[in-house]
Amino acid sequence: MNVQTDTKLQSFLSGFEGVRENAIQNEAWDALQYLDFPTTRDEYWKYTRISKIANAKLSSGKASNTILDLEKHLLSDQFVIIENGIFRADLSSFDLSKVNVKVESTDTLVQTTANMDELFQAMNTALAEQTLFISIPKKQVWETPVQVIYITTENQIMSNTRLVFESEDFAEGHVITTFINEGNSQSLSNHYTEVLVAENAHLKLDKIQVGNGWHVATENVWQDGNSTFKINTMTLKGDIVRNNLNIEVAGENCETFLNGAVITKENQLVDNHSFVNHLVSNCMSDENYKYVLDGKSTGVFNGRVVVQPDAQKINAYQQNGNVLLSDFAKINSKPELEIYADDVKCSHGSTTGQLDEDALFYLQARGISKDKARKILVSAFVGEVLQSLDNEKVLAYVNQVLFDEFGWTEM
Amino acid sequence: MANYTEEELAKDLQTQEYEFGFTSDIDSDTIPKGLNEDVIRFISAKKNEPSWLLDYRLNAYHTWLEMEEPKWAHVKYKKPDFQDISYFSAPKKQYESWDDVDPEMKATMDKLGISMDEQKKLTGVAVDFVMDSVSVATSFKEKLSELGIIFCSFSEAVENHPDLVKKYLGTVVPSSDNYYATLNSAVFSDGSFCYIPKGVRCPMELSTYFRINSSGTGQFERTLLVADQGSYVSYLEGCTAPQRDENQLHAAVVELIAMDDAEIKYSTVQNWYPGDKNGKGGIFNFVTKRGLCEKNAKISWTQVETGSAVTWKYPSCILKGDNSIGEFYSVAVTNNHQQADTGTKMIHLGKNTKSTVISKGISAGQSQNSYRGLIQIHKSASNARNFTQCDSLLMTDKCGAHTFPYIECANNTARLEHEATTSKIGEDQIFYCQQRGISEEKAISLIVNGYAKEVLNKLPMEFAVEAQKLLAISLENSVG
Repeated sequence: MNVQTDTKLQSFLSGFEGVRENAIQNEAWDALQYLDFPTTRDEYWKYTRISKIANAKLSSGKASNTILDLEKHLLSDQFVIIENGIFRADLSSFDLSKVNVKVESTDTLVQTTANMDELFQAMNTALAEQTLFISIPKKQVWETPVQVIYITTENQIMSNTRLVFESEDFAEGHVITTFINEGNSQSLSNHYTEVLVAENAHLKLDKIQVGNGWHVATENVWQDGNSTFKINTMTLKGDIVRNNLNIEVAGENCETFLNGAVITKENQLVDNHSFVNHLVSNCMSDENYKYVLDGKSTGVFNGRVVVQPDAQKINAYQQNGNVLLSDFAKINSKPELEIYADDVKCSHGSTTGQLDEDALFYLQARGISKDKARKILVSAFVGEVLQSLDNEKVLAYVNQVLFDEFGWTEM
Repeated sequence: MANYTEEELAKDLQTQEYEFGFTSDIDSDTIPKGLNEDVIRFISAKKNEPSWLLDYRLNAYHTWLEMEEPKWAHVKYKKPDFQDISYFSAPKKQYESWDDVDPEMKATMDKLGISMDEQKKLTGVAVDFVMDSVSVATSFKEKLSELGIIFCSFSEAVENHPDLVKKYLGTVVPSSDNYYATLNSAVFSDGSFCYIPKGVRCPMELSTYFRINSSGTGQFERTLLVADQGSYVSYLEGCTAPQRDENQLHAAVVELIAMDDAEIKYSTVQNWYPGDKNGKGGIFNFVTKRGLCEKNAKISWTQVETGSAVTWKYPSCILKGDNSIGEFYSVAVTNNHQQADTGTKMIHLGKNTKSTVISKGISAGQSQNSYRGLIQIHKSASNARNFTQCDSLLMTDKCGAHTFPYIECANNTARLEHEATTSKIGEDQIFYCQQRGISEEKAISLIVNGYAKEVLNKLPMEFAVEAQKLLAISLENSVG
């Protein structure tokens, strides 16, 4: 490939300073010279138009000095606040004797699993100023979750945030990431996460996406033997949201759980791409994504499960359920299975429909208004996924957002 | 095929080499290899085609020159050299009646098990036999023509019914549709044409057997089937090919048009030469099949795919009219180094349209078998309904089974269900059979037939027997 000049990406990046002290960052910047924004002609972006982002004039974000009232978003007493991509030490609060959290300049980056052929990962690597490390030492079990709040407070900025959630053997921990953006609909939050699940470790990651504007989140997860990894992705707001979740299951006897709930209205576009790569034998993965789409919103689900040659005794399940509430909502679902080993049990299912007329009638016959009955049925439909949020505060928070945004009552 | 017994099956199971691998020596009128405008003009002139058809071909050719070969399919192969293929070959002699047919060709058909004399008497199937590219004999024509049914070779149709051909050719698969369909539109040699008039129920199964015969000859078949209002037709297509070492290209186009209240049932048994055990040779099968359903019409595709080195085939239905129905039943078997990327597209445009997709994949050897399907519900398709089930059965630890379904829904009254499973052939089932004195080979044959039953049941009687036999032959010695 040749260096691309005159591309959309080049004009998009003209507002950013790319040359850094760090070799990896420079490599990522170099990679960007060969890339451009994907279009719907690219299979990986077939259903997701991002020309709005590509045509935007964005600059890098700066942290402000103002006090932010984030009380209602706090779900743990150990929390880190990152404003427009920059760490706010003054607002954050965590006890280093309890949790091992540190923020480093990305200049010191020595390794990454980021894929430099993928635009958003390369852009993040090249432009992120800081990396947040949450590292659980050997045999430690953290009782309290660590919450990271990413907040966007300016319009027309791109914030590149990096999180490394790593563990040593037998470690256990829970991280909650919350993405907040109130009204800055022309801003892009480009988030990148690396997760290392060491042998016998049990990690959980909750992603709560409640920000307006544009949001691209990529997770590269690596699982060693006998480990468990659970990720819950709750997408309740956002004009364009794209999640790229890549999980490499590299050790035997692993368990992987992926849950997602997408509730949209108006012109939202939410796209979840997940990729579970079973490299070795004796593992199981379970994926469940539910979409409830209202207004003129569009949902995209692409779940890919690959079982590599000789990775025998794999149980992989994948389920995608979709409800279209309005005449103009759309769903594109693509559950994929690629199996190169024979002694496996893999299945996927995808259903799309509207609420069951009989169930609606049943509730109405009992004096419940049609509107309320619809809400009950929708809550029940999504409830299956919400149940996987086993942290009460997180669940209560999600229910509160659903009430504020969609008028749902808690089930 | 009607009197096929179990002893014969056992005998067939012992036949290790490709069963239909033989070549018959018939003079072919072959033009030099290569593709250019002159070749297209030659083909067109040779067949006395009207100028509009030549223009159609040239148009497609120029479009094709600017197209790129698709790379998205989950298959790997060496791109065919389009200049190394001869685009026309026709048996020299033309026959007036069945009795004039070259005895050697008759013998060939005997070997294929489709002896015309026998079929004429026993099965009531009218066979339009295609040796290489030109139809040499068509039986039962008179009986069909009494009902007003036109069933003839494509070239005859161009000659005798140019209006019909002109009206419908390229309406379902446009000449610029995709790389191989466009190539076919430029160089198609012959094929079948069928027209069922209003309200007529075709009394017999129409059937065409395709063969590739001359070495180095691409086969570019064109099938056009029009079922006028309220008519019904069941069409069979079966393929066998002689053994060859070099890869041969087969790029056919099949267009079906089901007018209001019409029903078309299209069944295929595909058994092109799949290459030898080491993956050498075999046919490239890149086929575009598509049907258009008007109001209350129904199109049903049933296919049993056992052959070809590389298959790339998606029989589709455009459900344009309200209440129309599309069905797709498929069994795809791959063994040794075969690669198949097959599935269907159901495009729902009309209200209350329904589609059913049942796909059963069986992978053995080192083969790769993919299901790729599209269910598209457009905004206008209120109350559309789809059910999709794709199951894959894995026979060895070296093969692969893949599923790539695309589900696009833009109407909230539609209901779609999709499910897919992948698993190994049940060891306990094999054990159960063996315990009862059934050999492993036979047990596998039993299990596979049971697994594929749902699809095989949809085939007409004559085909179902042949298909079962094919499954058994395709899978012999395949369990690792």
